[in-house]
Amino acid sequence: MNSIVPDSSFTARSIAENVQSGEWSAVEVLEGYLSQITQHESEINAFNTVLEEEARATARETDKDIAAGKTLGPLAGVPVALKDNLCTNGIRTTAGSRILENWKPPYDATVVQRLSAAGATVIGKTNMDEFAMGSSTENSAFGPTRNPHDLSCVPGGSSGGSAAAVAAGFAPISIGSDTGGSIRQPASLCGVVGVKPTYGSVSRFGLLAFASSLDQIGPFANTVRDAAIVHEVIGGHDPKDSTSISEPFPSFLDDLERGVEGLKVGIISELMGGIDGISPEVIQKTREAASVLSENGALIEEVSIPASLYCLSAYYLIAPAEASSNLSRYDGVRYGLRVSGETLAEMNINTRTEGFGDEVKRRIMLGTYALSAGYFDAYYGKALKVRRLLAENFDEVYSKYDVLLSPTSPCTAFKLGERTADPMTMYVNDVCTIPSNLVGHPAISVPFGSGNDGMPIGVQVLAPPMQEALMYRVASTLESAEK
Amino acid sequence: MTEPISEKEVSHVAHLARLRLSHEELQLFTKQLGAVLEHAKDVEALQLDGVEPMSHPLPMENVTRKDEVHKMLDRDEILDQAPVTEDGRFQVPQILGEQP
Repeated sequence: MNSIVPDSSFTARSIAENVQSGEWSAVEVLEGYLSQITQHESEINAFNTVLEEEARATARETDKDIAAGKTLGPLAGVPVALKDNLCTNGIRTTAGSRILENWKPPYDATVVQRLSAAGATVIGKTNMDEFAMGSSTENSAFGPTRNPHDLSCVPGGSSGGSAAAVAAGFAPISIGSDTGGSIRQPASLCGVVGVKPTYGSVSRFGLLAFASSLDQIGPFANTVRDAAIVHEVIGGHDPKDSTSISEPFPSFLDDLERGVEGLKVGIISELMGGIDGISPEVIQKTREAASVLSENGALIEEVSIPASLYCLSAYYLIAPAEASSNLSRYDGVRYGLRVSGETLAEMNINTRTEGFGDEVKRRIMLGTYALSAGYFDAYYGKALKVRRLLAENFDEVYSKYDVLLSPTSPCTAFKLGERTADPMTMYVNDVCTIPSNLVGHPAISVPFGSGNDGMPIGVQVLAPPMQEALMYRVASTLESAEK
Repeated sequence: MTEPISEKEVSHVAHLARLRLSHEELQLFTKQLGAVLEHAKDVEALQLDGVEPMSHPLPMENVTRKDEVHKMLDRDEILDQAPVTEDGRFQVPQILGEQP
C-alpha cells in the first residue's frame, strides 16, 4: 500500500491563531503546503489548477495586515482548496469538463468571497467528476484523482480532489459540493471530516448547478471543529441565492464539547443490513460508533426510515431530470467551448457532443427521458412522491430522536477502474448519503477507524434541518473516541 | 409498467438533448440507461395515489427584491468569455430558415 498521508497536520484553528498572534507568518504556512504539493501532486492529481503565485500574494498581504495591527477573520492565513465548480474571478473554473476547460468566470462565488473575507488563502482548484456527476472522480476530463492512503484506489467523488487535498496535507481545509453524497462519501474514503449543511444554509451563488434542489456546498477538514469553523464562515443568508435561509443559525462551536449525555440517537436499520450491498465491516464500525455514544450517556435505538429503500431510484430520476435542464445552458453561445456548425442547432450539437463526457451525456439523456411526455408521471412524478414519503418518515423519527446514525459509504475505497464499466454499480455508492439530500437535512461524515484493507471508514451523523450544532456535537464525541 | 427503453427512444432523447451518438454509443447507452430504469421499477411499482409530490426541500415562496439600481457585471467582461462576439453581442450561426 503506497500511502503519502502525512503523520501529523496543523488544524485551521491553530494556523489562524498563530498567524493572528504573529507567531507564524502566513507565507511560511503556505510554503509548507506548497512544498507538500510539489512533492506529491504528480501522484495524486488533486488539483486542476494550483494557484502558487496568487496564493503567495494573498499570504504576503495577510502578513502585512497582521504587522499593521489588523485583526483578520477566523481563517487568517489558512490555505483553502476549492472544488473546481466554484466560480473564482478571473481564474479558470472547469467543473472537470472539456466544455469549460478555459472558462474564467467574471465573479467570485459567495463562499469564495466569504472565505477571503475571513482571511483564508485560496491555494488551488480541485479535481472532480465532470459537473459533480460521479462517486470516484474518475469522470473528470482531466484524469482521475488518487486516494492518498493508497494510490491504487479512488478518493471517492465527486469532490474527490478536495477530499484528497486535505488527506494528502495539500491544504488544511477545502470546499466541496454535495448533491447525493459528493462531500461525505469522499471524506469517508479519504479519512477526513466532510459536511453537507442544511439545504439553504450555504449560498449556492457561483456554484455551477448540477441538481438545484439537492446541491449544497460544504467543508472538508481534519477535525470536526475546523469543519464547523469553515461552515460558520461560508454559511448565512445571501440575497443572491433565492433559496438561502434568512433565519440565523445558532453557533456551531459554543456547545461542541458538551458531549451527548441524554441525547436520543436512532440507528437507521435499513442502512445497517436492510439494504443489500453495505459491507459488514462498515456496519460493524457504525455499531461501534453507536456504542461510543451509548458509553457517553446517549440512548441508542434502531429506527426505521422505510422510504430509504427507494431513495436510490428516486435520486437517479430527480437529479438527472434537474441536470438535463441545468446543463442546457452549455450551448456554445455565451461561454465555454464552441465547436462550429452550419446552423445554430448543428453548432449546439457539435459543441455538446464534443464537450461533455459519457457520464454527463448519460445523465442528461436519462433526465430528458424521465421528464418526457408519457414517462413524466411514471418516473419523475413518482420520484417526487417518494421524496415526500421520505420527508414524512424523517419528521416522524425526529419527533422522538435528536440525531440519526448510519454508515457514510457502503464500502472502503475501491480500486481505480473497478466500477467504471457499469454505471449502476457506481450509483450504489450513494445509497447511505442520498436521503439527506432529498429532504435537505444536514449530515456529516466522521472518520471512525479502518477496514481490513487498512483504508479509512467514515460514520455518518444525520440531524434535522438547521440542527447542525447538535450534529457537530455528536460528531465531536465520535472524533474524541476515535483518537 | 413501462417497456424497456429502445434504441429508437435513446436516439430521440439524444436529439432532444442536442447530443449526437455513434452507433456503438447508441447501443451502449441504451443498455446502460435500460439498467438504471430497470432499477427504477421499484419506484414505478409503488402505489402513491394521494401523495403530494415534493419538488423542493424547503417550502418555497417567491422571493422578490427591491427595485433598485445595483452595479452589475461589466458587459465587456462577460462578452470576453464568449466563444464568438460581434459588435458587443454574442454571435451565433444562422437561425432563420433553419429546419426545426
